[in-house]
Parts: sequence; structure tokens; C-alpha cells
Amino acid sequence: MSDVAIQVRNLGKEYRIGGPQKQFDTIGEQVSDMVKAPFRRMGKLMRGQASGAAELDEIIWALRDVTFDIKRGEAVGIIGRNGAGKSTLLKILSRITEPSAGSARIYGRVGSLLEVGTGFHPELTGRENVFLNGAILGMKKVEIDRRFDEIVAFAEIDKFIDTPVKHYSSGMYVRLAFSVAAHLEPEVLLVDEVLAVGDLAFQKKCLGKMDDVAGEGRTVLFVSHNMSLIQTLCQRGVFLQHGQLAVDGSVMDAVDAYLNTLEQAEAVGLAERTDREGKGDVKLVGVDIMQGEDAVTALTTGGPARFVFHTDKLVSRMSCTFIFFNHLGQRVAIFRSELPSPNDVVDSNLGPQFICEFDELLLLPGRYFVNVLLGGGGEWQDFIEGAVHFDVQPGTLRGRAVQSDKNVSVCMPHRWTTPNT
Amino acid sequence: MLTQEANSQVAGSGQLKPLPANVPIVDIVPSKGWVSLGLREMWEYRELLFFFVWRDIKVRYKQTILGASWAVIQPFFTMVVFSLFFGRLAQVPSDGLPYPIFSYAALVPWTFFANGLTQASNSLVQNSNMVKKIYFPRLAMPIAAVAAGIVDFVLAFVVLLVMMFYYGVTPTINVLWLPLFLLLAFVTCLGASFWLSAMNVQFRDVRYVVPFLVQIWLFITPIAYSSRLLEEPWRTIYGINPMAGVVEGFRWALLGTDNAPGLIVAVSAVVATVLLVSGAFYFRRMEKTFADVV
Repeated sequence: MSDVAIQVRNLGKEYRIGGPQKQFDTIGEQVSDMVKAPFRRMGKLMRGQASGAAELDEIIWALRDVTFDIKRGEAVGIIGRNGAGKSTLLKILSRITEPSAGSARIYGRVGSLLEVGTGFHPELTGRENVFLNGAILGMKKVEIDRRFDEIVAFAEIDKFIDTPVKHYSSGMYVRLAFSVAAHLEPEVLLVDEVLAVGDLAFQKKCLGKMDDVAGEGRTVLFVSHNMSLIQTLCQRGVFLQHGQLAVDGSVMDAVDAYLNTLEQAEAVGLAERTDREGKGDVKLVGVDIMQGEDAVTALTTGGPARFVFHTDKLVSRMSCTFIFFNHLGQRVAIFRSELPSPNDVVDSNLGPQFICEFDELLLLPGRYFVNVLLGGGGEWQDFIEGAVHFDVQPGTLRGRAVQSDKNVSVCMPHRWTTPNT
Repeated sequence: MLTQEANSQVAGSGQLKPLPANVPIVDIVPSKGWVSLGLREMWEYRELLFFFVWRDIKVRYKQTILGASWAVIQPFFTMVVFSLFFGRLAQVPSDGLPYPIFSYAALVPWTFFANGLTQASNSLVQNSNMVKKIYFPRLAMPIAAVAAGIVDFVLAFVVLLVMMFYYGVTPTINVLWLPLFLLLAFVTCLGASFWLSAMNVQFRDVRYVVPFLVQIWLFITPIAYSSRLLEEPWRTIYGINPMAGVVEGFRWALLGTDNAPGLIVAVSAVVATVLLVSGAFYFRRMEKTFADVV
């Protein structure tokens, strides 16, 4: 038992959420409802129903019956689709919110990093904020005193440490905030999707810091949508689905299971899928993958490919963006219709679809999935993770055979000049 | 939720450093009904409480032209208006003291109370971001908001001393009781703040109630007039409003209004304590839902 850091038993959390908003046909109805509503709410309150004035009537279980043990020094990635309960789990473990059922026990001091820069006050200087934020994150004053220079050096803002942070650039702000958090020294660290901050160089530095943390024998629980990051940092993966534990095993198994569910979600049919984000005026209803004129599920390296994105209607200033991900969940390539090229065609008779053609597909053999983002009217309309997936078969690129390599996703046309040996 | 100390920890295996002895164990379980006040934990987080107070004081008058003089302007100009209308025009009796100092001595603790209540009842909602992302004993938030008002109180109090010198009022030995009356104001403010801040999380109606409540409370407290307008036993019963005890206490301790307001202060102290304890328990009971509904 001595090497267990976190023990979770049948943990569950229910939330009350508001039911659908009422629709009113006339202003008269709306006004009369505004008059009646206080009485209705008071009545409910008297009967001990619902909580608060928000009319919370429906119950959903954000987390249900989750059980696992985490050993000291383990780095565990928590993955799952939006709304799977990842953040709820971290919130319960960091004691921000109480579970509705079950229990958890944590051995050691807990540091949680659910958001970078919580409690930063814009009017205070960098120096003052380091102390305030450190205290909020659970550091003692002597601890902050001792590590102050280190924190400032890590954030690379020595010159501005006595400037109010409201004058900082967003990059400086985030660097300082992360730097404070990175110098926490709890036995158990809970991290929620906070590494996607700052410029690339700083991100790399943060990653290094996180790796150190895990290497020092501290326990890390790490939530992210970035599969490659999870695989870099964690050995073990916990995959949550609809609030329940679906997979608890090696990080590879958990990521595989996660990517599989993205594939399964396709079976539902794009038009019916509900795990989408965005304004929703226009929706993606289908994606065809074609080789020449034939719909296919497998493409060939170096061969032609055509992606057709069907939407339910057309709105003004529409755009389509899609991203290829490899089997590890790493981004491979991104394509945006709003970045034009002289070779693009605008066809007013096309109907509600976007077509993207490739003369030669530069992907190595393997399995890929596609995230699609539709824009329209200057807003973000529809975003679907794993809208479609496809396989790439071995082929030749300009007469050169391309071999598969599980750590590489892309090939490029090229030409050698070699000595005759 | 409770924190206990693990007495024995076997050294970790392999490359792991052994856990320090007495590593805290945190148990997370659903709580039911009334929960303890968690005073020990509050003590462990005293540094954070200090930082909250320090932050509130630091930022209070940032980006204002008049800065900390606001702490004096508020009670001082209220006193001027009161002196004109109640003192001069309405000829309200002021226990034989010059009316300005009579009302200002009451306005100093009152302003501390009213501002503290306004800030504290809004503290959780205002810091909702922190409540949703960080764990700390939530009681620290209203406590810090009230405590930060002490600085304003001190500034306004200095002006009171100047006025006493100007009017030639010499304090008696009774002035030693003053900290006790300040404590009474603090306790009253804290008690009301616990109730209101916890309710404000669920019912934003509180935001509209507080200014209204403060205004009414000002008039039911003997600030513009003296509680001597009431006959006994009504004067003692008046102590049910704890601020009545505070105000009469301040006047007695500083300005030497004749006999000690013993009974009225005793009643006030009891009511304030009940308000504080009940408020703290109510707050703790509602606390578990804060992060979900704020």
C-alpha cells in the first residue's frame, strides 16, 4: 500500500443542468413568464427542489463508478472526448468540487494546475503576482522566497518583474504564470490542458519541466487532447467515455481505444453526430474520399486523392479547414480553403460542398483520421473531431517505392545524386 | 473531507525517494448535511488568507485619482450632510456633544461595516474564476474582504482623532475598550457576510439586496440620532441590531457619553456571535456546491 499515491473507488459526480430554454411566440408571453417565474421558483424552493435560481432540473452523471489506483511516481494521461468527465475527475481530486458518490484518497500534498494564471491580478506587478499566485497554488512564502529567482529566470521576464502585469504581452503573462506553477513541489500534481501556452520554444521548455517532474518520482495526472504530448509524458493512460472508465492500461492502449471511438463515432453518420462544437448555422453532413471518380476507403501513397465535404446548406463567406492526424493522434497536415491559390476554382454551380484535390498524396502507409472545421459568416460554425478516417496503402511516389515507417507520416518527392560505388 | 496524518510510511521501492514521514492523507468523500467549520485547515491556509487581504488592500484604490483618501471622504462627507440636515435643521439631540463629532464617531465603524459587507458578500462571485479552479478554504474569501477594510478604518479613525482634538474632547480610560467594539463590528460584518456571500453564489438576487439592506441598516442604527431617544427596556432590545451596540460603544469609549452602554452591548454581542456561528455553518454547508453553481 505504501507506494500508492491516489486511490479512487467508485467515484461519481452528478450535475444538475438547466433544461431546454423555453421558446416564446409573442412578447406578451415572455413578459407574463417573467412575472410568473419568481413565484414558480419560490414554489420549487419551498418544496426543496432544484438548486438556485438557474432552474436546474435535469441530472446528468459527469462521472460514474470510476475506480483505479495510481502508484507513486507514475505519470498518467487522462484522455477522452469532450464531456467524458476528464476535467470533473481532476476537479474532484483537487477538492474543488465534491463527489456525489464513492471516495478518493490521496497520499501527499496535491498541487493542481487546472488553469494557468488563476488569481493573477492585472493591477499588481509581476513580483507581487508571483507571491500571490504561489500562495494560491499552495506554496509557503519561504518556499516562494527561495525559488523566486528561479521562477523569474524560467519565465524570462527579469526586466519587467516590477511592472504591473496588465502591461504585459499575453506571452509574457502566460510565461510568468506557468513558471510559478512549474515550480510547485507537491507529491501529486494534477494538470489540465495547460501546456498549450506561449510560443513553441516556451512550450518545449514547459514540456522539459514536466518531464523532470515525472522523473523526480512525483505523481502526475495529466489531461490533454494532444495525444502526442500524452504519449511523450505518460507511461499509463486512462481513457474515460461518458463518465466511465473505458480503458486503464498502457498509454498506447488508451490512445488506441480513444482513436477507435473516434472511428466508431463515424458509424453514426455525420449528420446525426452530436459531439460537435461551433455556432451550428451550417453543418457538415458527409465526407467522400475518392480516388479518381470512385469512392474508396483506402488511398495510395503517391496516388491521386479527392476529398469532398458536403454541408447541409450554404451561408455567406464559408470556409472549410481539415486536418490529417496519424494513428498516434499527431497532427500531420492542415488544409484551409480560405488561403487561396491561383489554381483554386470557384464554381457557383457546385452546390453545398467543398472539394479538395491532391495530385499525389504525400502520406506514408498507415491509418489517418480527419478533423473538419467549417467557418461561415465570419464565425466558427461546425467542428467535428474524427469526421472520417482512411487507410493509405503502400505505393510509389514518382517511381520510387515508399516504405512504411511507424514513426514517420509524410514523404516528399525528391531526387538524389549519388557517386557510382 | 478530512485530512489526517499517516503515521508510518514504508520507504518506496527502487528509485523512489521515501515519502517524508507524516505525509498528509487527503480523503475525498461526499459530505452530508452539516459539516465542521474546518478551523484547523483554515489555520493551515493562514498565509493565503494573508495574501488575499494584502491583495485587496493593494488593489483597492488602484487607478483612482483620490486613492486612499476615499476611505476618509466617504464617512466625512456623510457626516457633513448629517450635521447640516439632522444636526442643524432637525435639531436632533446628540447626547450633549457637538453634532459633527457625535455622528462621525458612529460613521467610522459604520463605514467599515457597510463597505466590508458590500465587498464580502460579492467576494465569491467576483472571484468565481478562482473558486472554480483552485482549492482553498472558501471562508478565506469573505474574511479577507472584511479584514482588508481595517486599513480604511484606521485612516478614517485618524481623522476622528483630529476632530476630537479640534472639539476639545479628551478620551477617558474607557478608550481601552475600543478594540472590543471594533471586534464586535468585525464579527457582525463577518456573520452577515457569510450568510450573504454564500447565498449570492446561488441567488444573484443578493446583489440587489445588499445596497438596499445597507441603506435600511444605516437608518435603524443610531448613527444620525442617539439610542437615548428610546426608553428602557426598548433601548436594550435595540441591541438586537448589533451595530447599535457598536455605535453606542464607540461613542462611550471615545467621547465619554455618560454611563456605560453595558446591556445594549451585551445583547449586541450575543446576537453578533449567533450571526457569526450560524453564518459560518451555513456557509460550510453550501460550500460544496460553490464550484458547480457559481
